[in-house]
Amino acid sequence: MGAILIKGGRLIDPASGRDEVVDILIEGERVSRIAPSIEVQERMEVIDAEGKWVLPGLVDVHVHLREPGYEYKEDIESGSKAAVAGGFTTICCKANTNPVNDTGAITRYIVERAKEVGLCRIYPVGAVSKGLKGEELAEIGDMVANGAVAVSDDGRPVWNSELMRRALEYTKYFGIPVVDHCEDLALSGDGVVHEGKYSAITGLKGIPASAEEVMVARDIILARETKGRLHIDHVSTAGSVKLIEMGKDEGVCLSCEVTPHHLALTDEVIVTFDTDTKVNPPLRGEEHVLAVREALEKGIIDIIATDHAPHGAIDKDVEYTKAAFGISGLETALGVVLKLVNEGALSLKRAIEAMTIAPARIFGLDAGYVAEGGPADIVVVDPDKEWVVDPSRFYSKGKNTPFKGWKLKGKVVITICNGKLVYKNGEVVS
Amino acid sequence: MLKKKHLLGIAELEREEIEAILESAASMKDILKRDIPKVPTLRGKTVANLFFEPSTRTRTSFEIAAKRLSADVVNFSSAGSSISKGETLKDTVRNIEAMIVDAVVVRHSSEGVPHYIASFSKASVINAGDGKHEHPTQALLDVFTIKEKKGYIEGLNIAIVGDITHSRVARSDILAIKKLGGNPIVVGPPTMLPLYVEALEVETAHCIDEVIPHVDVIIMLRIQKERMKSPLFPSIREYSRLFGLNRKKLEKAKKDVLIMHPGPVNWGVELSPDIMDFERNIILEQVTNGVAVRMAVLYLLIGP
Repeated sequence: MGAILIKGGRLIDPASGRDEVVDILIEGERVSRIAPSIEVQERMEVIDAEGKWVLPGLVDVHVHLREPGYEYKEDIESGSKAAVAGGFTTICCKANTNPVNDTGAITRYIVERAKEVGLCRIYPVGAVSKGLKGEELAEIGDMVANGAVAVSDDGRPVWNSELMRRALEYTKYFGIPVVDHCEDLALSGDGVVHEGKYSAITGLKGIPASAEEVMVARDIILARETKGRLHIDHVSTAGSVKLIEMGKDEGVCLSCEVTPHHLALTDEVIVTFDTDTKVNPPLRGEEHVLAVREALEKGIIDIIATDHAPHGAIDKDVEYTKAAFGISGLETALGVVLKLVNEGALSLKRAIEAMTIAPARIFGLDAGYVAEGGPADIVVVDPDKEWVVDPSRFYSKGKNTPFKGWKLKGKVVITICNGKLVYKNGEVVS
Repeated sequence: MLKKKHLLGIAELEREEIEAILESAASMKDILKRDIPKVPTLRGKTVANLFFEPSTRTRTSFEIAAKRLSADVVNFSSAGSSISKGETLKDTVRNIEAMIVDAVVVRHSSEGVPHYIASFSKASVINAGDGKHEHPTQALLDVFTIKEKKGYIEGLNIAIVGDITHSRVARSDILAIKKLGGNPIVVGPPTMLPLYVEALEVETAHCIDEVIPHVDVIIMLRIQKERMKSPLFPSIREYSRLFGLNRKKLEKAKKDVLIMHPGPVNWGVELSPDIMDFERNIILEQVTNGVAVRMAVLYLLIGP
């Protein structure tokens, strides 16, 4: 049995509230001991973590791996590599593949491919409706039996309110959340950017904040009525935050996420017409960005999720209005979040909690914490290491990032998943 | 002279550059008045008109401008081209560039396309209208025409009336008028002013009758056909009554008010037919000046 000893790092584990310099011993697939000092033995591979942070392997519940069907954008292997390079050991992949993950067979295919690749834990999110059409429920039980941990039509909203209501009811049987991409398609129309100052200046068609908020309100009303479990994808507006706060105050079973790009960027960046700034929901105005930051800090927004949406050049190297929505986010997420921490916009503990134990709890995953007997999913971060975002060096096939050229501080140096070193010295170990 | 290789929008131009273009356009207009209105300035240069959206006036204007300067002109329109066979915009532009052109004049329905082409193009890119964003040569010919008539722009009140939200002409006009010290006022129904109109840093009004007595110039915008059936206003009749211009409304105007329109006019919608022979309707002079301004732009960007 292999053993890895992580020596002298600062363990930050929001699940236990621990923040102290300790040694951590991994034996097999589990953390076997955490102590102020553990004696080095010959059988142990020692990682010197002095001056480094030791965090639970990060958890991302919103990733598009594109396989099956769109392997030119990403596949399970390239997406897994991107994940561990970004410090993620557990990711949940959305159902908008081709074919759509709306049956147990597709779910099982994804689970088996993920095991073959074997770099990180991948949990599929099944579709709410057959073919993401919003008309009939997909075979949720079959997908859950094969490993799905939630359902979502992400990429599209569950536009049919009756179907959303039934999904919230039906999933109670399985104890999984219904995850909704909140967008009123009639209000967003063929909009491509946030409706605000910069849509007025550029003439690019705006997507109003109300397009999201109307659906957030609807979903909260339905979750209250059904007592189902609702998780809201990528919250991006101040109005959504208010509605979510009201819903939570009323005891609705409700959680939500925000992406690093909605925390870090305003819509001002669209003036370059760089298609890498095109994402749905769109990058919003400053008042919205400040509102989602505050909501995350206060816990009104529960977690950070990347909405990693890799695309190929044929999707992005085109006219702005024609370009695909989406940002490749796995390899920049931690660096961007730490930049916000360094700037005082977020607290470190809350940021790490929102990328580890909090998402694991919402999706019912055994992940996101470091404890004796717990899974050996650990990431070692050099908090002082400065680096420049260079998409050409991404493991992801998606080079589409508005953070290209950004100077970030804080980088993953080692990722351990299931007791195995999967990333070190800037390279994925396969 | 111009500081950049491309003309992407008025936003990128400094006042001095706009003034240089207007000055050059005045010389070009003198050339147009000659018996043989053609000079060899751009001989050997090639201008490609890339129009991905239908246009007669602007394309013809650029073509004549280039020919008056002795440049060779090739016209490309998307109908019947490889674009309709699924070729990407980038491939189309690169293929045309590979045939060695000095300037590409681009009209496209998507905002930012000239900026996108400029990011990989070796030729000078001239924006001939990108979606609802900018139409810089239209704004340049508008301010040229106003200056020609009034002698100056500084301090003039200039109303721009119509569908501001969907108008690239309005966006470019506002910028050009402001940079030259004029005072643009945008007028239109609330559904046709951007919800965040304050971003344009411009005076706004909803009622044309309140604005008419105070302005020196009225630029009427075209109501596009596809908007006529959208919920932006209830009917053409109501639009025309509330926001259109006619002789009766002009009774309250200043005696020397100028009426302009970027064309093509929908007579009976934004302009009443009784404006056709109104003595200070200078719409056709705008068209003539368009050629002079585009000659100036071509000369300043790819000239010797």
